[in-house]
Amino acid sequence: MAAPAIRIDHLSVRLGGREVIRDLSLTVDSGEIVGLIGASGSGKTVLLRTMLGLVPMSGGSVDILGARLRDATQDDVRLMGCRVGMLFQHGALFSSLSVRENVEFPMREYLEGSDRMFREIALAKLQMVGIAPADADKLPSELSGGMTKRVALARALALDPELVFLDEPTSGLDPIASRDFDALIKTLHGTLGLTVFMITHDLHTLRAICGRVAALYEGTIVADGSYESVSRSQHLWLRDYFRGERAVEAEGWR
Amino acid sequence: MPDVQPQVESSASDGAAILTLRGDWIARHSSALERLAAWRPQAASSLRVDVSRIDSLDTYGAWSIESIRRAASQSGAPAEIVGVRDRHASILRSLGRIDLAPAPPARATVVDPLARTGDALLAALDYLLALASLLGRLVISFMQVLAHPSRLRWISVVHHIDRVGLRAVPIIALMTFLIGCIIAQQGFFHFRRFGASDYVVDLVTILVLREIGVLLVTIMIAGRSGSAYTAEVGSMKMREEIDALRTMGLDPVDILILPRVLAITIAAPMLTLLGMMAAMVGAGFVAATYGDMSAAIYMERLREAATSNDFQVGMIKAPVMALIIGTVAALEGLRVQGSAESLGLGATSSVVKSIFLVIVLDGVFAIIFAWVGM
Repeated sequence: MAAPAIRIDHLSVRLGGREVIRDLSLTVDSGEIVGLIGASGSGKTVLLRTMLGLVPMSGGSVDILGARLRDATQDDVRLMGCRVGMLFQHGALFSSLSVRENVEFPMREYLEGSDRMFREIALAKLQMVGIAPADADKLPSELSGGMTKRVALARALALDPELVFLDEPTSGLDPIASRDFDALIKTLHGTLGLTVFMITHDLHTLRAICGRVAALYEGTIVADGSYESVSRSQHLWLRDYFRGERAVEAEGWR
Repeated sequence: MPDVQPQVESSASDGAAILTLRGDWIARHSSALERLAAWRPQAASSLRVDVSRIDSLDTYGAWSIESIRRAASQSGAPAEIVGVRDRHASILRSLGRIDLAPAPPARATVVDPLARTGDALLAALDYLLALASLLGRLVISFMQVLAHPSRLRWISVVHHIDRVGLRAVPIIALMTFLIGCIIAQQGFFHFRRFGASDYVVDLVTILVLREIGVLLVTIMIAGRSGSAYTAEVGSMKMREEIDALRTMGLDPVDILILPRVLAITIAAPMLTLLGMMAAMVGAGFVAATYGDMSAAIYMERLREAATSNDFQVGMIKAPVMALIIGTVAALEGLRVQGSAESLGLGATSSVVKSIFLVIVLDGVFAIIFAWVGM
């Protein structure tokens, strides 16, 4: 049995004297697609940044792909950069590099190979996320919001990571584009055997592709399970959160 | 995790080559995968690629296999991939669909250098036109402000005068003081041989009042404040703040650029005056310590040498040069595109262009002043 992709054990994080994450435990098995929901300010982004090692933890432990984050050496961090991909909310594409160069960048940093190999694999990745080769030489400033997200996803997947973190992958996309993006994540999950951990507020995304939903409230996990079970939770905030969805469903029944 | 280098084994049966692949065909072995991707069948009528012995496979491995298959098909040996395991099927299928046709290489022709020269010339003309148009827009905006003084953003103007003027006082005073010292020291060193030490004061006065004072100060302003203006306006452009102003029906020239250009145009003469004084104090300091000239004599000689004509020449130039610096800085900021790189380019080109224009303008002024006999 392989180690779980993510194992968070009694994690707590303090930022500016306030405990943002309190005694949080969560395990994600490899191959899962997990969606994390939570109100603004509940600590979602802090949790994500802690898992990426961008925010120091004050207690507990985080294991990513079997490696303990706290004991990670410089080499471990480098190795992790190769096995973990991250899609930032606003893409965070390098603005001075073209689309193709953005995708090639992690390859050139981590792998050995020729320009031709990197070029062809970058084009392949871009086509997997639905970017035509004709757009590969554009600059990030020339892309639409949906294309930026796709290119950022291609960059996150450039090294064929085992685990990808997605921060609000469908925010700012129209419903059709976000449904396409959901389908894309699902397809890539099947093709590449990814583990996906995403923050999302898109109920459609949660229902369509997340095998598991975890709800964060005031720095701790208050519900964890299938979409169905979490949406039926009696927790006050969750009842409020899913109420709109319930209403739509009820209307559909009539 | 098991980690086996990818390998190929070739055998033949009935004129068909069989290629058996083993190991882990994953990103970590990218250099080995690249070598294997160059594998070509030798004089076989067809090729079978057996992938059933591959343990793990990702996009990199699939690319490698796909490269072998395509190369073989191109050389006339139809290739097929056999023994695909379930978990490898979808990645191989998706790579098989992808268009890896190399981009047509850009051809260099004889016309290219000519075309580039032409483009550069057109871009320069376009730039001058844009500069003139922004300058014209600023004049209109300034006229409107003269008609309705309450529409000027006074707080913004004062804030920028503080930043461009007051906060630059220490560095500008120190720099011009040192330059005054250096000119006087060189003057005494060389003039002493002719017994003409007295004329050092004339040298310093004319140089500082007419040229050095205003040039040094405006070059310092271009480097210190021009680049800051470009960076500010450029990042506002990048973050769509300028577009936000436009959609509110406001003109960014009125709100952002006029106060800045006005502030720099007001601050520059004041700083120039300060710079001239500091340079003369520096020269006096050297005269007393190195030139064996007492402070009283230095002051007396200064009163004779300094004419209001020279002073006017320097002071007339200062606001005009500052106007150009401010306009160039704002224009470079407005021309920033989406990338971080273009912001850096804009700041650099703002400083380079405004210093260049300051020097050109100085030459034009020299001609004009000679003509009117100043």
